[in-house]
Amino acid sequence: MKREEREEREERAWAAAAAVLDPELPAVTIEELGILREVRAEPGGGRVTVTITPTYTGCPALEAIRADVRAALAAAGYADADVVTVLRPPWGTDDITAAGRAKLAAAGIAPPGPRSGPVAVPLTVRCPRCGAPDTEQLSRFGPTACTALRRCRRCAEPFEHVKAY
Amino acid sequence: MTPAAADRAEYVLRLGDDALIAAQRLSQWCARAPELEEDIALANIALDQLGAARLLLSYAGELAGAGRTEDDLAFLRDPPAFRNCLLVELPNGDFAHTMARLLILSAYQRLLYDWLVAVADERLAGIGAKARKESAYHLDHATQWTLRLGDGTAESHRRMQAAVDALWPYTAELFAPDPLCQRLDEAGYGVDPATLRDAWLVAVEPVLAEATLRRPVDGPAMTGGRHGRHTEHLSHLLNEMQVVHRAHPGASW
Repeated sequence: MKREEREEREERAWAAAAAVLDPELPAVTIEELGILREVRAEPGGGRVTVTITPTYTGCPALEAIRADVRAALAAAGYADADVVTVLRPPWGTDDITAAGRAKLAAAGIAPPGPRSGPVAVPLTVRCPRCGAPDTEQLSRFGPTACTALRRCRRCAEPFEHVKAY
Repeated sequence: MTPAAADRAEYVLRLGDDALIAAQRLSQWCARAPELEEDIALANIALDQLGAARLLLSYAGELAGAGRTEDDLAFLRDPPAFRNCLLVELPNGDFAHTMARLLILSAYQRLLYDWLVAVADERLAGIGAKARKESAYHLDHATQWTLRLGDGTAESHRRMQAAVDALWPYTAELFAPDPLCQRLDEAGYGVDPATLRDAWLVAVEPVLAEATLRRPVDGPAMTGGRHGRHTEHLSHLLNEMQVVHRAHPGASW
């Protein structure tokens, strides 16, 4: 019975943490971005520990994410919450969920192509606005650490692309 | 046998100081780069270096056991206590100098972080696994610019060659044989940089050749940074970087 209670607490705590939006890519949650790793609850209503991993080492959003997770857990009734950071295994763009990719695309941010797979195929980055495959890279480095800047040759709109990492 | 904590702290401090001073120099390009996209790129690369520096300096402080934080190490040490290589502290020079330095540094860091992934020190291996992905982008960026400038106009070629010539004497320090690194390498807790030089040349020489640049002759080496003997440029850099922290001890926001 106790074990079930604890698991139920962890599930609810996970749901609260998982709903936190990424501050720099607010179209997706930290769960969809793949940076939420684990939620553990101590037995007997004790401390909840949330484990996250940074996208890039210098990601300035990490402090904000920590604060947002603590606030979300407090709002869900977990006053004693700790957020810890792990580096291994390192985050990669393959960790972004299918739902996350769809939401990024809907927000005008081209999702990354797959990094791993049986065959390495260079995939076209399609324009997230008009869908044209004919796009060009303007800069490998975009407004956030994890994005590059591209432009569509058909509709001429510039857009961000989450670069393979 | 696990090497002495003091050795490990010193080693991690060297890696962290390289990243920190490189970050500071790169960030000096902010709002000064030749085009907007490049401004953003250099700031992004600086941020990656700063991210690695924070992880490494935090760890170096813990290993040393004197209770010093990443901020203490970054802001409260004087130049002789810094362990970065001389290459990263030199002034930015023109854009060609900045790109030549980035090519030299990122090709070295890419190899170094690649090998760190396999060390017995889990924490250091984790940092290597993150930073190697970022170094790959830095190396790619520097390579593109080296090709464009080296194989560009007569003027861009002249400047790129002058930059490579000026910085080449500082590359030897990156790979200088060193008892501390050898001890750690043998114990599986670090990488002896001397073992990276051949692979580094294999990475850099073809880029220079494709960029129609002459690979400089190996001459007298400029060294001393690993033992705290720095150029005057580090003092000026640190004065600017540390002034606010030192003027308001313990301040936070």
